[in-house]
Amino acid sequence: MGRYVIRRLLQMIPVFIGATLLIFLMVNVMGDPIAGLCGDRACDPATAAQLEKEFGLDKPVWQQYLIYMGNLFTGDFGTAFNGQPVTELMASSFPVTIRLTIVAIFFEIVIGISLGVMTGLKRGRPVDTTVLLLTLVVISVPTFVTGLLLQLLLGVEWGWIKPAVSPEAPFNELIVPGLVLASVSLAYVTRLTRTSIAENKRADYVRTATAKGLPRRRVITRHLLRNSLIPVVTFIGADIGALMGGAIVTERIFNIHGVGYQLYQGIVRQSTQTVVGFVTVLVLVFLVANLVVDLLYAVLDPRIRYA
Amino acid sequence: MRGATHAKWAALAAAVALVATACGGGGDSGGGSGADGIVSSSWGDPQNPLEPSNTNEVQGGKVLSMIFRGLKQYDPKTGEATNMLAESIETTDSTNFTITLKDGWTFSNGEAVTAKSFVDAWNYGASLKNNQKNAFFFGQIEGYDQVHPEEGEPTAQTMSGLKVVDDKTFTVKLTQKFSTWPDTLGYVAFAPLPQSFFDDHAAWLDKPVGNGPYTVASYSKGSQMELKRWDGYPGADKAQNGGVTLKVYTDNNTAYTDLTAGNLDLVDDVPASQLKNVEADLGDRYINVPAGIIQTLGFPFYDPAWNKPGQEKLRQGLSMAINREQITDTIFQKTRTPAVDWTSPVLGEEGGFKDICGDFCKYNAEEAKKLVAEGGGIPGGTMTITYNADTGSHKEWVDAVCNSINNALGNNRACAGNPIGTFADFRSQVSTQKMKGPFRAGWQMDYPLIQNFLQPLYYTNASSNDGKYSDPEFDKLVDQANAESDIAKAVGTFQSAEEVLRDDMGAIPLWYQNGSAGYSERVSNVMLNPFSVPVYDQIKVG
Repeated sequence: MGRYVIRRLLQMIPVFIGATLLIFLMVNVMGDPIAGLCGDRACDPATAAQLEKEFGLDKPVWQQYLIYMGNLFTGDFGTAFNGQPVTELMASSFPVTIRLTIVAIFFEIVIGISLGVMTGLKRGRPVDTTVLLLTLVVISVPTFVTGLLLQLLLGVEWGWIKPAVSPEAPFNELIVPGLVLASVSLAYVTRLTRTSIAENKRADYVRTATAKGLPRRRVITRHLLRNSLIPVVTFIGADIGALMGGAIVTERIFNIHGVGYQLYQGIVRQSTQTVVGFVTVLVLVFLVANLVVDLLYAVLDPRIRYA
Repeated sequence: MRGATHAKWAALAAAVALVATACGGGGDSGGGSGADGIVSSSWGDPQNPLEPSNTNEVQGGKVLSMIFRGLKQYDPKTGEATNMLAESIETTDSTNFTITLKDGWTFSNGEAVTAKSFVDAWNYGASLKNNQKNAFFFGQIEGYDQVHPEEGEPTAQTMSGLKVVDDKTFTVKLTQKFSTWPDTLGYVAFAPLPQSFFDDHAAWLDKPVGNGPYTVASYSKGSQMELKRWDGYPGADKAQNGGVTLKVYTDNNTAYTDLTAGNLDLVDDVPASQLKNVEADLGDRYINVPAGIIQTLGFPFYDPAWNKPGQEKLRQGLSMAINREQITDTIFQKTRTPAVDWTSPVLGEEGGFKDICGDFCKYNAEEAKKLVAEGGGIPGGTMTITYNADTGSHKEWVDAVCNSINNALGNNRACAGNPIGTFADFRSQVSTQKMKGPFRAGWQMDYPLIQNFLQPLYYTNASSNDGKYSDPEFDKLVDQANAESDIAKAVGTFQSAEEVLRDDMGAIPLWYQNGSAGYSERVSNVMLNPFSVPVYDQIKVG
């Protein structure tokens, strides 16, 4: 187990370097970032040259990358174009997005798995068909439609929530956005759990457990659910990274100043430092989430052992 | 696992409780009413650090317009420049100016506003070392070349053209005659700065201190700024409300939704998608007035294919092939006004706004076809209009303009849009002369002067002359106008220069942009100034 973890951690290094290099090159290919800073008016050449020097853009790209990575190991993520250190942007936006992700994952787990178990056990019954239809609707309607619709109904028409989340973004304001963000994944979790439960329901160990006279509740949670969760955990694990980086649409609709919003700003303003910094952290989150998922396998199914 | 199940239920119960408490919220925007009421307004994250000479976009400009007052102030209705801090600005030769300050002005930290506050601020703004994006505003002052050389290191710390005479007086020497120069001094780059700006720059940026009707109470970057009325403000335009809270919105659609839900008082940028509903939603609480912004199509005069003799007919023909009325009506829902010259209606007739473009700006398919043919046709048979696709929904109107041209010329391949991914990339391609055909150009005035609409854009090698248009006759007339000490005559000469521009069709004027805003029932007396920025200090609450 220990050796497995170390091997996995070592594997992260090339993935990390490759991913950051790719992003760095991609942002650089997009063109001269200084040109956008001066608005519809051209920067005067002397100021532009001075700004390039300040942001280190006058050096060749490979040198910029090496300097950037060097700084990264000292915890220096550079400065965004508005003069704020990127670490400051991160400190203000990551907590918000983490809260949003927690809310979304919470809904995925609670609603998604319960619905999945329910429908999996009653396959073919009206409940099953209804939930299947509902998840189909949720999957096929784009997030921004759900988001805008809920915002309009709950926020403007009925006045149950505030349509825009305040800068502090406490948990209670994030419930509706979190639900919107989770909706598509939630539907997938339901369907994955349903299939998995329905398959395992006929497994020998479930029959044995029932035959032993265990209470139905214990059979389901202890034996059936635990074994059926592996594909679901894989999905949710991968989803953590996707939710954190891909919340742009939801964050825009509900005025959440999180990672998605900062990334969007960084891309529009072509701020290399912001984009690469945020993506670097997201890559790390993704890698760690994947590792945790792999380790969870062994907990869920003791037959899986790591050499 | 059993324990985990309990935890799940507890969490669910907690969530339900949270939903319940969230329901109780809502409707507590701002606070108080009457003279102490707080106005909440939408805001966008400023692109640059908030310094007067470094702020070149609207969002940062809003804040500076609240916390700073300069030598002159532009009237929110007429755009006329009137003295604010200046007691007098005197000159005999349009080159040497003596500026005297009024008594009794201080910064909100108590420091007096002196001649030195201006001279230091201007020297700071001009210096190459400080990377100020508005540095070129000081370009007319003598000695600018030494503190801001085009290449190499600065050879001086301060501009030789600026001299402090005493606490209340300083003199300015320009490198050439510029009669309307005093009227440019309302621009925010010319604001005075307190000593604390130079002593602790980082602290000042975290909480800017100025001399305007408001002070910054708190500023959390990227999300919100609270401004409070400054009771010690000596000016006549004291704030009519207790303060303004600027809230950063990720999307102007969300801000608009928040306004209709009653959580926000003022939105100064009604999103294009809501223009159809805005009358029904807000009634007379919707403002739609012309601003000092003009949109044009620029041409790449550096490309030999677009710079042949006789091609002015081609450009004029293209201009006549664009159905401005139809596009502003259908695509912009009348938030744009078809252009008839290269300036803006906010200048007024006295300021130089006049129908100079004439028939060339009116849709006439037949004449357009004839002129394009006489002008040698479109180079290569097809042309593209380049624009940036990331902001401002330019795609719709570019496609409409191309359709209009194609229809008028009876050729479906005459014109097509050419989107570029980001604004930064678009700007870098435009400013490095990579355009292969016409491109989107926009100009927001810095100060309401006809000079500002012509010289920076079309004078040979001027700072924003992206198409590299050049005409000796135009340059000569602009120089003459600048030297003219009689303002009315100067405006007339500028108009003659504009006629040269028309005969060359140096750029196709498309339309003037309006400022649009909506406000809640809580506030009244809301208006937009000629820069399409709300006049915050005049807003009344309750």
